[in-house]
Amino acid sequence: MKYKKLVIDNPQDLLFGLAPKPVKTPRGLEIGGGQVYSELNFTLPTMSINENTIKEVNRHYAEIAEGALQRALDLESKGVVLEFETLLEMTKTPQIGIDIVKIMNDICEKYYQKHGLACEIRLTPNDLREFERPALQRTSKLLEPMFELFDKGSLAGGDLLSIESTGGKEVSDSALMMCDIKGMFFAMIVLGVRDMQFIWKKIVEVAEKNGKIAGGDSACGFANTAMVLAEKKFIPRVFATMVRVISVVRSIVAVEEGAIGPEKDCGYEGPFLKAITGIPISMEGKTAACAHLSPIGNIASACTDLWSNESVQNIKLLSGMAPTAYMEQLEYDVRLMNVALREGKASASLLKRLLEQSDIYTDPQALVLSTENVIRISKKLIQGDTYIENAKNGALEALDIIEEALASGQMKLPEMETAYLPLLRADIESIPANESEFVEMMLPVLDQSHFILSEYGL
Amino acid sequence: MSDLLLKLAEAVEFGKVDKNAPYPPQLKGQDGASELTQQALEEGALPSAILQDALIPAMDKVGQKFSENKIFVPQMLLAAKAMGAAMFHLKPFFQSGDIKSKGTFIMGTVKGDLHDIGKNLVTMMIEGSGWTVIDLGVDVPSTKFIETIKANPGAVVGMSALLTTTMTSMQDIVADVRKEFPDIKIIIGGAPITHDFCKQIHADFYSPDPQGAVKYLKELAA
Ligand code: B1M
Repeated sequence: MKYKKLVIDNPQDLLFGLAPKPVKTPRGLEIGGGQVYSELNFTLPTMSINENTIKEVNRHYAEIAEGALQRALDLESKGVVLEFETLLEMTKTPQIGIDIVKIMNDICEKYYQKHGLACEIRLTPNDLREFERPALQRTSKLLEPMFELFDKGSLAGGDLLSIESTGGKEVSDSALMMCDIKGMFFAMIVLGVRDMQFIWKKIVEVAEKNGKIAGGDSACGFANTAMVLAEKKFIPRVFATMVRVISVVRSIVAVEEGAIGPEKDCGYEGPFLKAITGIPISMEGKTAACAHLSPIGNIASACTDLWSNESVQNIKLLSGMAPTAYMEQLEYDVRLMNVALREGKASASLLKRLLEQSDIYTDPQALVLSTENVIRISKKLIQGDTYIENAKNGALEALDIIEEALASGQMKLPEMETAYLPLLRADIESIPANESEFVEMMLPVLDQSHFILSEYGL
Repeated sequence: MSDLLLKLAEAVEFGKVDKNAPYPPQLKGQDGASELTQQALEEGALPSAILQDALIPAMDKVGQKFSENKIFVPQMLLAAKAMGAAMFHLKPFFQSGDIKSKGTFIMGTVKGDLHDIGKNLVTMMIEGSGWTVIDLGVDVPSTKFIETIKANPGAVVGMSALLTTTMTSMQDIVADVRKEFPDIKIIIGGAPITHDFCKQIHADFYSPDPQGAVKYLKELAA
């Protein structure tokens, strides 16, 4: 890993709305520059996307943007990011995605010109490569439409570029279900890191060519999936916590390759990335309950720069369309954080403390997100000569933190959960720091029909 | 039930696949489901008794513990693996007709959709309840469902969808399948699916969880 020193090493300086390396956008947002903005994420209601429905698809996105921005304006918002996470058809046929960006960008421009509302679009094409199994991460033909969408979609107004890339997912899918932490290391820290290096070089190239912003990449298919499964009580929370911590080492590669933030919302690895690299981040918590449940509703916002809701369908609620309603919820949360920031460090620190304390000991995934623990773990995440060693050190520190919280009686976990702690420690300790040694160790125990090593440069 | 079948049931319940398997620690070094099934057959136990008295009740217990949040998925997967190791020895008796499967269940995540974690859990639990499962994977078009039903007359079909934009794909597939097999039973599930949607697309049953699907199939087989 490139980073040897934390950019933020004092937990008090890890605060919402303030990032050492803020990102300025064309319409005037300064993300991480002293205030928090809403990032609205939305999706279609039940419908298919084809030639016959395309007009209706476009109408939905226009309605979403118009409704949300009008509400933001009415609430005297200081600025908004609209995240357009594409669905399969919109990436496979990039023109569909590009047209939607254009439609929403025209609406953003109208609100900017007419009312001075600063709003930008984050364009997040879905990773089509997962449609092929075993995945052809580097040679797939599907990379063409993906990058056409990155390129032309960014020119059409998708100013912030992101992705939830899926390198290593073909291994992590079963490793997650078996709570196989070594499998997760292999998936994320060997395959994932290598794929991130590959894909982010290309995304940064597009961003630089078009004068756009390379945002970031969340480990959604890995760490978020783990959290959702733990919330359903399918896998232990302590296991999901380990997955989250090691996902930092995978997601930071985007920054090493030139991404500058804001990191993506479903990457709860964001706080660690902010501490290590100084980039601004986006987070989602209680406001994402429309898409999935989580144990980190409040604490997730403790040091965020954009506050998001994951996807909400464009359906009618009693108050109005759902994305408009979610815009309002985000805006009120953001208002509170911004008034605290304006009042000064004491108020902001108090609000942060309350956001943290309300969740911290209710779940190990919340525990590791308190800014104090983020700094403690981040220090370990940069200690090591290889990505694997970094991830090991971070995970072991997180295990220490969980065990300390249990020993002090501040956190309680059932025996079903605590039984996993020594197993996880032993497994993590047994992982060699050297990549080739680790690959050699894992190949005999993995189903090699699921992945192609050469597609990861191995 | 003989001691041997009791031991076999325990091996399956706790996920002891074979003698070499390191899991679970409390059964380390002991025979697993594979050896115990072989021994039971050698001692003259009826294959159908092995299935009905040991394997299926063991998996029932596992399903029950899972429903009550007393175990996590890995324990359930290991139990399913142990059951699979036992079934390997029983396979010839299915072919000869000595034991009958409860039926065939064809399952897939619908066209355009790659979410498969929920689907995998459903197939695992249905398999554990004594059905022969054909897992078609993800991104499955109508043609593949239809082709597989043709090859497995009398099968029940299961579909999973996680995206609002693939719910319509589910609707199309149900319609296509119904056109060819008007009486076939179709079960659907996935986060955005509801009872109302099930009615609307003329599927037979919606379950929010795998346990509901297992229960429905049990009633069908009864
Ligand atoms: C036959 O009978 C039955 C009976 C019961 C049945 C059944 C069948 N099938 C299921 N059940 C039931 O039993 C299971 C066990 O209890 C349950 O199954 P579930 O599958 O519901 O539950 C699983 C055990 C755990 N749940 C899950 O695994 C899904 C969790 C969430 C967070 C999720 C995940 C994990 C993923 N995703 Co996706 N993902 C989301 C999900 C949020 C949510 N609310 O579901 C959702 C569904 N995804 C979404 C999106 C947008 C996407 N995802 C995508 C990709 C992924 C990952 C790869 C990252 C990962 C999937 C990993 C995998 N191998 O499946 C992309 C699409 C890929 C594709 N074409 O399918 C992508 C488009 C993102 C992108 N831009 O890349 C959203 C949907 C938006 C919409 N329009 O509907 C979403 C709500 C999250 C969000 N962003 O808000 C029950 O439903």
